[in-house]
Amino acid sequence: MIGKDARTLLEVRNLTAKVAGVEILKGISLTVRAGEVHAIMGPNGSGKSTFAKALAGHPAYEVTGGTASFDGKDLFAMPAEERARAGLFLGFQYPVEVPGVANSQFLRLAYNTVQGARGKDELDPLEFDDFVRERMKLLEMDPAFLDRSVNEGFSGGEKKRNEILQMALLEPRLAFLDETDSGLDIDALRIVAGGVNKLLTAENAVVLVTHYQRLLNYIVPDYVHVMDGGRIVKTGDKALAVELESRGYDWLDKQAA
Amino acid sequence: MSTTTTAFLEGLLAGHSAAPAGPLGWLNALRGEALERANALTLPTTREEDWRFTDLSALYKLAFRPAVAAALPTLATIESFAVPEVAARLVFVDGKFAPRLSSGGSTAGIEVRDLASALASDDGFLRGRLAQLADYRDDAFRAINAACLADGAVVRARRNAAADGPVQLLFLSTQSEVATHPRVLIVAEEGSDLTVIEEYAGLADGPYCVNGVTEVAVGTAARVCHVRVQREAAGAFHVATTAVRVERDAAYASVSVALGARISRHNLNVVQAGEGVTVNLDGLALIHERQLADTHSFIDHAQPHGTSRQLHKCIVGGQAHAVFNGRILVRAGAQLTNSAQQSRNLLLSRRAHVDTKPQLEIFADDVKCAHGATIGQLEADEMFYLRTRGLSESAARNLLTYGFAAEIVDHIPIASVAASLRRAVMEQTQAELEPAA
Repeated sequence: MIGKDARTLLEVRNLTAKVAGVEILKGISLTVRAGEVHAIMGPNGSGKSTFAKALAGHPAYEVTGGTASFDGKDLFAMPAEERARAGLFLGFQYPVEVPGVANSQFLRLAYNTVQGARGKDELDPLEFDDFVRERMKLLEMDPAFLDRSVNEGFSGGEKKRNEILQMALLEPRLAFLDETDSGLDIDALRIVAGGVNKLLTAENAVVLVTHYQRLLNYIVPDYVHVMDGGRIVKTGDKALAVELESRGYDWLDKQAA
Repeated sequence: MSTTTTAFLEGLLAGHSAAPAGPLGWLNALRGEALERANALTLPTTREEDWRFTDLSALYKLAFRPAVAAALPTLATIESFAVPEVAARLVFVDGKFAPRLSSGGSTAGIEVRDLASALASDDGFLRGRLAQLADYRDDAFRAINAACLADGAVVRARRNAAADGPVQLLFLSTQSEVATHPRVLIVAEEGSDLTVIEEYAGLADGPYCVNGVTEVAVGTAARVCHVRVQREAAGAFHVATTAVRVERDAAYASVSVALGARISRHNLNVVQAGEGVTVNLDGLALIHERQLADTHSFIDHAQPHGTSRQLHKCIVGGQAHAVFNGRILVRAGAQLTNSAQQSRNLLLSRRAHVDTKPQLEIFADDVKCAHGATIGQLEADEMFYLRTRGLSESAARNLLTYGFAAEIVDHIPIASVAASLRRAVMEQTQAELEPAA
């Protein structure tokens, strides 16, 4: 879905970042334009999740160098919530449980907060209920999940569906989905991936952080990046993911050396 | 004893002479003995281990008197405390039963009566049951309560009876400088099923003192669900004991929520008196400003095959101070006891303070006992999650604080009570939520 004059959503240049005093990201550059699907792969500890969290604004991830502009704005000048309101979404690898808060209450609060910040109409509880039920159909989610506490006691697959439901409600310009495929059985993977595909337009973009090529059979990437040691060491198209699946990551090290 | 303390004690014990001796010899004897104990016992101070963190000296400087007859609150006022699900509601105003504000009453197998009239027509049921579970010989406040024993509530579920709905006991304080001594007796006979909501609330502006005692006898294979809500006025002092005895194969579940009062202390003592007993205790103290809320619980596993689960939470803001002492005793014969206790505490400000103490005493060798205590602030990852959904830092904090409290409220099986408490929690935590449908 790459358009010729597609607008640049994210422009990251030489990003370095520390977690607990240890430098994890050692100079990452990435450009994402509207309509694109990117995949970031790489071995455990290569910095994939750190990259996603640093962009989303986790306070424990200290940006030490480089720049990131999102839709023309300086991303690192904004706190996490402003990044979300501006249209950056992070689908969590491990979504947080919030006991005591009904999922419906949380979803509506998030939706209305973001709508309000974008100068759009907020929905009252009844309107929202209709709207969220409609969106849940995208993910074949049981409406019973509205009444339960946020993510509490959800299976791994249910948590991931709830993440994509939030993406469907908040309509981000750019979504980073951090290992959304982990913990999903094959049916759930198909449903979740189908939901993401339906949300993709020429105006938005998605970056899939994943270990496995499997997800990329369902959501076909335009670019595949391999991260290692806090850098992007190789970029290719979807064929690269297939190659990684059969050869692993070791050959890249040798190539780099 | 200092003269100021004497004035305090005399003020409280004026409740004894305010209710003159009646025709029941055993009751007069009980009240007389309790009066002697009240005069002999010293009022607790922070020098005692059991009161180390709860300083009542501000209370002892005050002088209280028994309530005088006054205009009752309007029905409209009472309606704000209404629980539509209830089968019966007894309202007490400044300790006195208010029949005009009460509704429902005894139905087949479930007797709900005010204590004064139950005593007046007692056929022997109350003798041998009243003041048997909450010992007044070892505690000054319980002794004062027993010495002043005159009014309160009696709820009795007869053998195998199941109530149509919960029973609500509402104790409203409307007068300042008044001390009341509510007394509640709940008897669930063999195989019965009963839910009781015990609520304390205040409409008075100045200081007042509520010194309550509630006794709950849960018979063989009976089930009692006990919801206790303390939302006294800001100037109130609230001291209370709930004493529970649970017989074989019976279950007692309690959800206790403390929101109000300047200083509150709740002793919750549960004895597993038979085999195979299940006890669930959930507690929440949500306090701010200069409030102090103290819960001392004691679960006595006296028999084998008992289960107890306890979750106590404190959310403390401002310069408030929460205290939790959770004692669990597993006696030598109480093999195969399974007990789990959690104390979780959230501090919302630098000057907020929590003292929490699990106290396990285990004398049986084949038991499973788990306990844990956490004190802290909100988790950074939880905050981050909500902020990535667009919530501001303060909105995220308020929402998480609300959820921390609501997890306890969710254990209340009466929808309107849970909803009302969720609203109260929302207000106090300033969570920007609509109540869940």
